[in-house]
Amino acid sequence: MSTDPSSSSAAAAEEISNKRKSKKPKYSRFTQQELPAWQPILTPRWVIAIFTLIALIFIPVGLAAFSASQRVVEVEFEYDSTCIPDSYKDNATAYIKDDTTNKTCTQKFIINSRMQAPIFVYYQLDNFYQNHRRYVKSRSDEQLRTPDKENDVSSCSPEDYVIINNKSEPIVPCGLIAWSLFNDTYKIQNNDKDLAINKTNIAWASDRNTKFGADVYPKNFQISGLIGGAKLDPNLPLSEQEDLIVWMRTAALPKFRKLYGRIETDLEVEDEIVVLIENNYNTYEFGGKKSLVLSTTTWIGGRNNFLGIAYVVIGSISLLLALGFLLLYILKPRPLGDPSYLSWNKNPGGLR
Amino acid sequence: MIDVKPRRLLTFLCNVLGIGIGPVLADFSKGHALESSPLLKEGQGQGQGQGQGQGQGQGQGQGQGMDSHSNSNCPSGNPLVPFEICDNSKPHHERRSRLKSMQFDDGFPLHEDNARSVYINDPKRTNQNYEFTGNEIRTSSYTLITFLPKNLFIQFHRVAYLYFLAIAALNQLPPLAVFGRTASLFPLLFVLCVTAIKDGYEDWRKHRSDRFENNRDCLVLQDHGIFLPKKWNRIQAGDVVKISADEMIPADIVLLGTSDKSGIAYIQTMNLDGESNLKTRFARQETVPAVTSESCAVTGVIRCEKPNRNIYEFTANMEFNGTKIPLNQTNIVLRGCVLKNTDWLIGVVVSAGQETKAMLNSAAAPPKRSKLEIYMNRETVWLSVFLFVMCSAVALGMGLWLRRHKHQLETLPYYRRTYLNRGPETGKDHKYYGIPMEILFSFLSSVIVFQIMIPISLYITMELVRVGQSYFMVEDMDMHDSSCGSRFQCRSFNINEDLGQIRYIFSDKTGTLTENKMEFRKASVFGKNYGNSMPVPPDTVKSKRRWKLKSEIPVDSDLMALLQKEKDSSSEERVAAHDFFITLTACNTVIPVVSGNRPCSYETKEDDGVVSIDYQGESPDEQALVSAASAYGYTLFERTTGHLVIDKNGEKIRLEVLGMHEFDSVRKRMSVVIRFPNNAVKVLVKGADTSMLRILANDDDIVWHATQDHLNEYSLEGLRTLVLASRDLSEAELEEWQSAYLEASTALFDRATKLRYAASLIECNLKLLGATGIEDRLQEGVPDAIECLRQAGIKVWVLTGDKQETAISIGVSCKLLTPDMEKIIINATSEAHCRDLLVEAKARYGVRSSGKGHGNGKHKTIVDPGMEEDDTAPLALIIDGTSLVYILERETESEASLFDIATACRVVICCRVAPLQKAGIVNLIKSRTDDITLAIGDGANDVSMIQMADVGVGICGQEGRQAVMAADFAMGQFQFLRKLLLVHGHWNYQRLGYLVLYNFYRNAVFVFMLFWYILCTAFSTTSALTEWSCVLYSVIYTSIPTVIVGVMDKDLSQQTLLQYPKLYGAGYRQEAYNIRLFWLTMIDTLWQSLVVFLIPVLTYKNSSIDIWSLGSLWTIAIVILVTVHLAMDVNGWILIMHLAVWGSIFITYGCLLVLDSIPLLPNYWTIYHLACTPTYWITILLVTVVALLPRFTCKVASQVLWPSDIQIAREAEARSKKHGDR
Repeated sequence: MSTDPSSSSAAAAEEISNKRKSKKPKYSRFTQQELPAWQPILTPRWVIAIFTLIALIFIPVGLAAFSASQRVVEVEFEYDSTCIPDSYKDNATAYIKDDTTNKTCTQKFIINSRMQAPIFVYYQLDNFYQNHRRYVKSRSDEQLRTPDKENDVSSCSPEDYVIINNKSEPIVPCGLIAWSLFNDTYKIQNNDKDLAINKTNIAWASDRNTKFGADVYPKNFQISGLIGGAKLDPNLPLSEQEDLIVWMRTAALPKFRKLYGRIETDLEVEDEIVVLIENNYNTYEFGGKKSLVLSTTTWIGGRNNFLGIAYVVIGSISLLLALGFLLLYILKPRPLGDPSYLSWNKNPGGLR
Repeated sequence: MIDVKPRRLLTFLCNVLGIGIGPVLADFSKGHALESSPLLKEGQGQGQGQGQGQGQGQGQGQGQGMDSHSNSNCPSGNPLVPFEICDNSKPHHERRSRLKSMQFDDGFPLHEDNARSVYINDPKRTNQNYEFTGNEIRTSSYTLITFLPKNLFIQFHRVAYLYFLAIAALNQLPPLAVFGRTASLFPLLFVLCVTAIKDGYEDWRKHRSDRFENNRDCLVLQDHGIFLPKKWNRIQAGDVVKISADEMIPADIVLLGTSDKSGIAYIQTMNLDGESNLKTRFARQETVPAVTSESCAVTGVIRCEKPNRNIYEFTANMEFNGTKIPLNQTNIVLRGCVLKNTDWLIGVVVSAGQETKAMLNSAAAPPKRSKLEIYMNRETVWLSVFLFVMCSAVALGMGLWLRRHKHQLETLPYYRRTYLNRGPETGKDHKYYGIPMEILFSFLSSVIVFQIMIPISLYITMELVRVGQSYFMVEDMDMHDSSCGSRFQCRSFNINEDLGQIRYIFSDKTGTLTENKMEFRKASVFGKNYGNSMPVPPDTVKSKRRWKLKSEIPVDSDLMALLQKEKDSSSEERVAAHDFFITLTACNTVIPVVSGNRPCSYETKEDDGVVSIDYQGESPDEQALVSAASAYGYTLFERTTGHLVIDKNGEKIRLEVLGMHEFDSVRKRMSVVIRFPNNAVKVLVKGADTSMLRILANDDDIVWHATQDHLNEYSLEGLRTLVLASRDLSEAELEEWQSAYLEASTALFDRATKLRYAASLIECNLKLLGATGIEDRLQEGVPDAIECLRQAGIKVWVLTGDKQETAISIGVSCKLLTPDMEKIIINATSEAHCRDLLVEAKARYGVRSSGKGHGNGKHKTIVDPGMEEDDTAPLALIIDGTSLVYILERETESEASLFDIATACRVVICCRVAPLQKAGIVNLIKSRTDDITLAIGDGANDVSMIQMADVGVGICGQEGRQAVMAADFAMGQFQFLRKLLLVHGHWNYQRLGYLVLYNFYRNAVFVFMLFWYILCTAFSTTSALTEWSCVLYSVIYTSIPTVIVGVMDKDLSQQTLLQYPKLYGAGYRQEAYNIRLFWLTMIDTLWQSLVVFLIPVLTYKNSSIDIWSLGSLWTIAIVILVTVHLAMDVNGWILIMHLAVWGSIFITYGCLLVLDSIPLLPNYWTIYHLACTPTYWITILLVTVVALLPRFTCKVASQVLWPSDIQIAREAEARSKKHGDR
């Protein structure tokens, strides 16, 4: 953008400018835009090949995904309404808020297909907007990680401080997410034998090891005001409070599952499963639903036929398109690059 | 609409994107800056690029500055468009006074009360009463203290930045904080910082060069009457300065004396107007004796006009020894010029520093906006509507949701409006302002989330892409003119794509279609035609010549013989021939430069024999005439204000010049009053035939008729003609004229009119001497280029100042006119006549009327190729300037019919048009159609039309650089237009059209996807994507391939494009970007956004997926989707595109890996978890395929069933390549 400003004599500058002016652009394929380029032309052959290829990939993948999904055994039952005693049917909220009522509820069901360990136990909430902006933001990752940052609660309002003896004390873990921690508990019996539910390693290892401090302990949590959900053991560091860690990975959609634990024994067909539910969590106030889910897993994840069906459908459409273009190619072939198809050749009266 | 300083943003974006364009741009700028700003010379090379029009030091003066003086005559006119027609009753000729020579009417009437007085050699007194500026210049904009506020202030003048700022400010409001503080400020801060750093650096360099300029030394006459060096910035008005040879002039100086006894100084004005030839400036004879090389005894007062930017005009007078001496532009030397061929000059500073004409001329040309961009802005309005609708939907949903949950909000776990455990505060609301406010906040925060719906970054991307395209245009070897060594120049970066949509080309003739290298071909002397016979080889007559000319001219032997016929010297014919050549030699403004010698010291060289002589002049015609005269033995040898010396076959004749009336556009002739050695006084006149034939005494004799015939004959051959005449002046006539001339030339105002009156006293009853025919050969390749452009569907109009016959003959020789054409000739003598002619022509050739199109103004030229010109013979319209005056300036009805006829004709030739009419014709088309016009020309007379047209192209030719400086593109030859339009224009248009659509799509698909998700979050404007991904999406994740493809993608090779010019039609048919494509793209966008949103949702609907994992999946899915979408549309893959396209996917992954490795972000480690599951990958594949399947299918189907011309050409190209390879 410049020449040397120190060239003081006009003659010198002129010379430079002339030199510049006369500088012929250098030839290179790059500057002349003549680099060898691969020009993809969608010839019928290519088009048919592409569609066939898509079909060839999608249909088998779809079938595999579908069969994998079919192999998943999933038991799901909603218990929010069934676990309300008949006397409280019309006033579920009062029931759930009353500390004196017995919240235990027994559900029975029969296993229809064999479930191979590990069997994952999920709780499923519906109409619970864990993705609400107010909710998602109501946490302090700093505070969860290091004890020094326990006062870092500005983002947690309105669940940030608690007033104790006229002094503001920070809540650890602060924020609405932690405050609303799910607190239903399940006990599962198979043929009257207690099935152990393994609740370790249900959270991501990365969260346990790095994100939630091993030296951060719950403090002032759920001690006054409205109790939003579960309480935490103040003697356990956050990194070991796996239910909290799972809960704090907020769900993406208003209907979501969260891992409760794993059953590490197989369940056979005709096994009678009894679930003892402590129905504590108040979803009645906002019309949320609660379910318990037992599910095995395969490489595709839980039971969801969507992927398989979608793959098969798309593969089939591609196959049809391939056939369609093949037909078109046979019925109405157009020679490629035929100048007679150029618009001015089709209309000879055009511009001459 | 958006004031984006192109270069600045461009350079910045290069830096932002960190892509390989950086060095390219730098290199490009280097090769470019000097050419693009020809005024930047000598130590001031820090041009800022023409975009900002800030040349350095004295080398100021950009673009149209040279012409802007015309504004002052046009108070109502837009100051940026000098030739904008002001529809007031002011006579137009006052405003368009400048022709190719330096003649002006008095643009600035000098009234005594606004004159400034400069006391020679008394700067103190001079500066006592008036506010003169010192000679210090300051081109830098900032100081250390003002930098930050001022720079920010300037930056926020751009709408784009204001949009960023408004969004960022919104985001700082606590209820709206959608993004974190850093993330939301990141784009703005980044842009601001980089721009500030760049501005600071540029300004520092300006400071440095200012300092350099200001600290230069100059000899100034000081108290003791001797010249001592002084710094430039200390020079004041009134100082007497001495400049030595090859030094630069520090301020605007009135000459007092020079080393030449007659007071001549030669200066080079390259820095001002780009003309490289020397110009003469004169010290007034009265002051010359008072000046020696070491002293200056001149005292007096100069009263001059206020500083203005007209470099061709200076009006002042000087009181010296009690007499008033007139001063004009030949007496002033402007800052920035360089003294040449003169040992020294001494002059008085009349204006200094910022008031010098050079500095006043440093304004930039107004930026033009491309049609594509205008259409794009129209669609941006639609995008704003989408944005508004989406935000309203979110706000409305929010309102309804809040109302439904009104009673639960207090304790709702995921909302919790109130404090419940804060002692005294319990029960108070937390961040809840009532439903109406919440609705408003919801609206505003969705604006923040959806901000990229308005593609502000697109403006920056487009600028960047245009720089890349310009780089390729500049580097194109086919557009390099090796004969004069000039490269292609892009002076404007905003309208590259307009080159691909040109419908009309308005071309100047001289210097544009022709070479403007004048050759003397024919002469009609006293009714006899010479030049038909075989020319005698020059060396046979060389014996007597001692002057070597730069070029040899063939000489007609008959004429030579006539001249050498000594015996019969009294015959009328012989005298006429003698006068003929004296007129050729004397009646001009050419300066002879004897090589190696000062023109004044030729005596020393007398014995040498052959001395080479070079004629410097502003008009190539005059140079050709003087050279021709020299070939015939009449060599112009020396010229001063007072006399000239002619070498006539070895005999020196000294002629006293009593006065000169220079060429002006009203008289169209030039005359000089000469006293011969034998004391006879003659007036010699030379001029255009129309103006000359009226003022001849013998206007009906044989000579007159013969000359008339010859003139017609010359015109038919395409020669430029001039008529020469002379008259003996009696003493009485001389006296009358002299007093009028003296009064006129000392007049302070209305000088031009008075001079014209003086001229009219002697320019009458002239004796016809003869006429000359000068050939201006067609440039190489012009006929082919015109044919090619015409095939491309471009209408080529020729606008020329030449005669009708000349214009037609040129039209024929450059294949514009073909024998089968019906010629409509409009050659009217009156307004009514003109209207009748138009109506008749319309009726005769069945020209359809454009109808009522008047109300709406614009209509589109019908572009259906089948409809045009199929039934009748092609029409050609030839119209002359006089008729145009009637049509363009008075009558709207005739204007409409002219438009109808002109658009129906295949060829339009306008002859005898004045510069302003050229602009008027361009405006005729521009105002009545939406078609894009291009004007191409080389001279100052083309500046108006170049600025009027959508695209202005300047030819770097013989006539200075005004046209180049006013133009958007500049090149060496007309024929390059073919490649420029057909190849580069086509590419630019296709690339940019796609770029705009793709950018709309890319941003909208992202925003739509966010929108769908927000509908699932109780309308709470949550984004599943991390805030950094939201910010980086358009800045990093997807920007690089966009730019690379926009710069480099090539739908067809240049061979194909040149072979089938008709492919150009895709441009003006707007095939790459139109409103239909916009809506199709938007529908596709809607589909793709739904797919990209729904497929992951359905896949993970019964799973424990968390918001960050789904967001991460969406991020990568959408980046891959838009990238593959782009890849699908790439026409020619080269390595760098593979790198950019696939690289950007990797970059996105890289960014996600980095973002997910920061433990403090809630999305910690997400991608590591996700990428382990096969579901993740097959979901991405499914999204990509499903989203693109409809588009791909439609694309394939349309290519198979309704192939476009471009598609067929592509196939043919690929096929031939395949065959070629085998």
